[in-house]
Amino acid sequence: MPQPIERINDFVIKFANVNGSGSASANMLFAKAILRMGVPVSPRNIFPSNIQGLPTWYEVRVSEKGYLGRRGGVDMMVAMNPQTWDEDLKEIEPGGYLFYDSTKRLPKSKFRDDISVIGMPLTEICNESYTDARQRQLFKNIICLGALSALLDVDPNEIAQLIGEQYKGKEALLKPNVHALQMGRDYALAQLKCPIRLRVRRAEQVGKRIFIDGNSAAALGAVYGGATVCAWYPLTPSSSVAEAFTRHCKRLRTEPQTGKNRYAIVQAEDELASIGIVIGAGWNGARAFTATSGPGISLMTEFVGLAYFAEIPAVIINVQRGGPSTGMPTRSQQSDILSCAYASHGDTRHPLLFPEDPGECFEMSAQAFDLADRLQTPIFLMTDLDIGMNERLCEPFAWDDSRRMDRGKVMTREMLEAGTEFGRYLDVDGDGIPFRTYPGAHPTRGAYFTRGTTKDRYARYSEEGPVYVDNMQRLLRKFETAKQLVPKPQLRPARQATRFGAIYFGSTSPAMSEALDLLDERGLHVNALRVRAFPFSDQVSEFIAGHDQVFVVEQNRDAQLRMILINDCAADPAKLLPVLHYDGTPITARFIVGEIAAKLGIPNVAPLRKAAS
Amino acid sequence: MTYLAKPKLHHPSLPANKLGYTRRDYEGSISTLCAGCGHDSISAAIVQACFELDIEPHRVAKLSGIGCSSKTPTYFLGNSHGFNSVHGRMPSVLTGANLANRDLIYLGVSGDGDSASIGFGQFAHSVRRGVNMVYIVENNGVYGLTKGQFSATADRGSKSKRGVTNTDAAIDMVSIALQMGATYVARSFSGDKAQLAPLIKGAIRHRGAAFIDVISPCVAFNNHAGSTKSYDYVREHNEAVNFLDVMIGREPITTQYAPGELREVAQHDGSVLRLRKLQEDYDPSNRVAAMNTLQERAAKGEIVTGLLYVDPDPTDLHAHLNTVETPLNQLGEHELIPGAEALEHLNSALR
Repeated sequence: MPQPIERINDFVIKFANVNGSGSASANMLFAKAILRMGVPVSPRNIFPSNIQGLPTWYEVRVSEKGYLGRRGGVDMMVAMNPQTWDEDLKEIEPGGYLFYDSTKRLPKSKFRDDISVIGMPLTEICNESYTDARQRQLFKNIICLGALSALLDVDPNEIAQLIGEQYKGKEALLKPNVHALQMGRDYALAQLKCPIRLRVRRAEQVGKRIFIDGNSAAALGAVYGGATVCAWYPLTPSSSVAEAFTRHCKRLRTEPQTGKNRYAIVQAEDELASIGIVIGAGWNGARAFTATSGPGISLMTEFVGLAYFAEIPAVIINVQRGGPSTGMPTRSQQSDILSCAYASHGDTRHPLLFPEDPGECFEMSAQAFDLADRLQTPIFLMTDLDIGMNERLCEPFAWDDSRRMDRGKVMTREMLEAGTEFGRYLDVDGDGIPFRTYPGAHPTRGAYFTRGTTKDRYARYSEEGPVYVDNMQRLLRKFETAKQLVPKPQLRPARQATRFGAIYFGSTSPAMSEALDLLDERGLHVNALRVRAFPFSDQVSEFIAGHDQVFVVEQNRDAQLRMILINDCAADPAKLLPVLHYDGTPITARFIVGEIAAKLGIPNVAPLRKAAS
Repeated sequence: MTYLAKPKLHHPSLPANKLGYTRRDYEGSISTLCAGCGHDSISAAIVQACFELDIEPHRVAKLSGIGCSSKTPTYFLGNSHGFNSVHGRMPSVLTGANLANRDLIYLGVSGDGDSASIGFGQFAHSVRRGVNMVYIVENNGVYGLTKGQFSATADRGSKSKRGVTNTDAAIDMVSIALQMGATYVARSFSGDKAQLAPLIKGAIRHRGAAFIDVISPCVAFNNHAGSTKSYDYVREHNEAVNFLDVMIGREPITTQYAPGELREVAQHDGSVLRLRKLQEDYDPSNRVAAMNTLQERAAKGEIVTGLLYVDPDPTDLHAHLNTVETPLNQLGEHELIPGAEALEHLNSALR
């Protein structure tokens, strides 16, 4: 047997559960208790497209250093699901730990001899203490949590405190939960060797940071961005954006005097209607958005082309999942880059924003509404399941109260009355952005006809070649203007000058930061640029030009960002080396390091456990 | 040449409405539809309805999908914002526009190709949501712009211009609208402006989902013998159940009517729908009876027209969503952005 793994504040623990068994709440308490001890954690739900019965996992990475990406490998498995037992056991690193329900005896062949096995008769304890079947199931999770607190040295008071917050005002639920927690802890302290060599120790590494999922954050961003109309159709992993928007609005957007709503949310019949409603509302001067995922984007594409060509603001939050088709509906990918950047038939291109975490989901979601109004075009917020549906530690949300909504170029009744010339598609400022009017603005001036057919600068229907080209060229100028307005890329320079660069974006960020540290430790210096939006700022082309080789790290099969880089930055394809992770699990630092090292021809830095990463 | 504006000159004695506008102020560009197209008569009826109701043209938003009918918003209300959207999707765009500003009048113009096929779902769902709108289907049973294919409202057994017999069952838009919960449902004929214009007026004053199916013969592709949407066929089979007059305020009844011949329905906005009964047993306040009558009469080959159903006290999507009275597109930072303090509060709950 290898030495048991010995680590403080730096390990991965994974809970193997059955969907619908009430484990989610206990798992969350576990992660949050560690956070309350000042130690960063990043949990990830790994779940099937199912309501009840299928396996589900909750993987928690504990990292005092603050690495929030998925690490790969498991140091301790809490195996509560017989269905996945064999697979779960395989995942444990040599020297790791297995915690399991020992009520039912298992043959020795079901175990491994290179790990520490900790059995506790959870079902038996539960059955002795509770008679109700549902209680037995729910409290088993809490009893388990109590035992883990003893095994891993997690402060039970933090858990009790969290339970207190959760059941505030519901004493009937509070007491039995705390009791179950204590019961599990007492058993472990009396019967098991506590603590084991994986431990949590109080630290000061969390600070003021908050813990929230990206979908809730993006929804909050929509509230702060002034969105009043939301139309959506349920689709994993995006549904919780609209649900969170509903929740936030109930609290933050009710007119105090009347109790009426300063928002309208419609669950539409499909994604076609969702985007139609958003475009109708945007045309009429309200800030509107929809949230969807890849399959929804496919359906919305015709309308996106209309909004591009008729120049109507819209915000589309795309929480990406694994495609194509139904693909991997509950797994994460960054595989809609092309389908969003060039959505529609004909020549189109659309601004994309790439948030790295819930903090940026909030910021960029709010900003998207300013960009949509300013540019009069659809804006895509490209998040994914990894950041959308998992809680993540991020900087607290901040807002400047002096900030005003940028409603863009809107010609008002007063301007029309004063005789200002109005041409709906007239480029008055040279930035490609024309003025628009809201319906009803003026009795006799400023009305125009919106259409998907070609038109001249005054919105008059025309299929004449030069008129069409004039309009298409202006749309390109507008896209050029967008470059200056979208979030700038962020450079992370290596410690010393290097010929190598790396470009990455979105949810790859935490794994990439860690990978860069690991590469640096091995003396491999790579300058890294995090792209935060499309169209790319000139800085991106300069970055590519400034390096001999640039790794483009993304979570899809076809190197979609790389394709746009080649297309839009006129980059030499030979220079851009794809690093692609697309099995549906979030990318890991181990994977990135392994791939980059391999591409650099350095074999001894191969990933430690490639299969698991 | 839809961009050709009509000359603005008009006869000085042309009557003006309460706003000082003449009928000409409600017109749009010159129509590019075929001479004799039923759709142009509908545009004229819309112009008449808006003129007579003293509606400010810019307070109307006109939305359409794709097709001959969907082109018509260019030909009326030139001072209104118009939106020619994508095929079959007018209802969703209109719904969004309506949510953004509840104070405008929303006029959705569509055709049978647009609303009974690709847009059938959106038609049904916008009606079931109770969007406050006037939804007009200019129904000719044929795809005109693509030169004469059957649409989904073509009657089974009717013949195309090329002599092909339609074997698919027809979708009756009025029946669907009733079933989906439209609160004002009418059918009319583009050849009967005297009947149509008041029905449009009543729909505009109705505060809920108002649906009008207007049979509008296609002179180019569906006006031949064997068609059930030709001028001749519709005239022969048209069975009007009532004749509508829309009164703003309670104007006195000047004509003498036999007892039971006149029926008045007060709408929520103060307008009164005065219905002269043409058929003894027809009760437009009974939705289920209306649905039965439609089926029975259709089986006899009759085309029932008139105000088929009206709920004098409808609700609309804004009521269902409990939205504020101020149009959402007029709310500013103060009403919409909760501010830094609220955010700090949220932050502290997330630790």
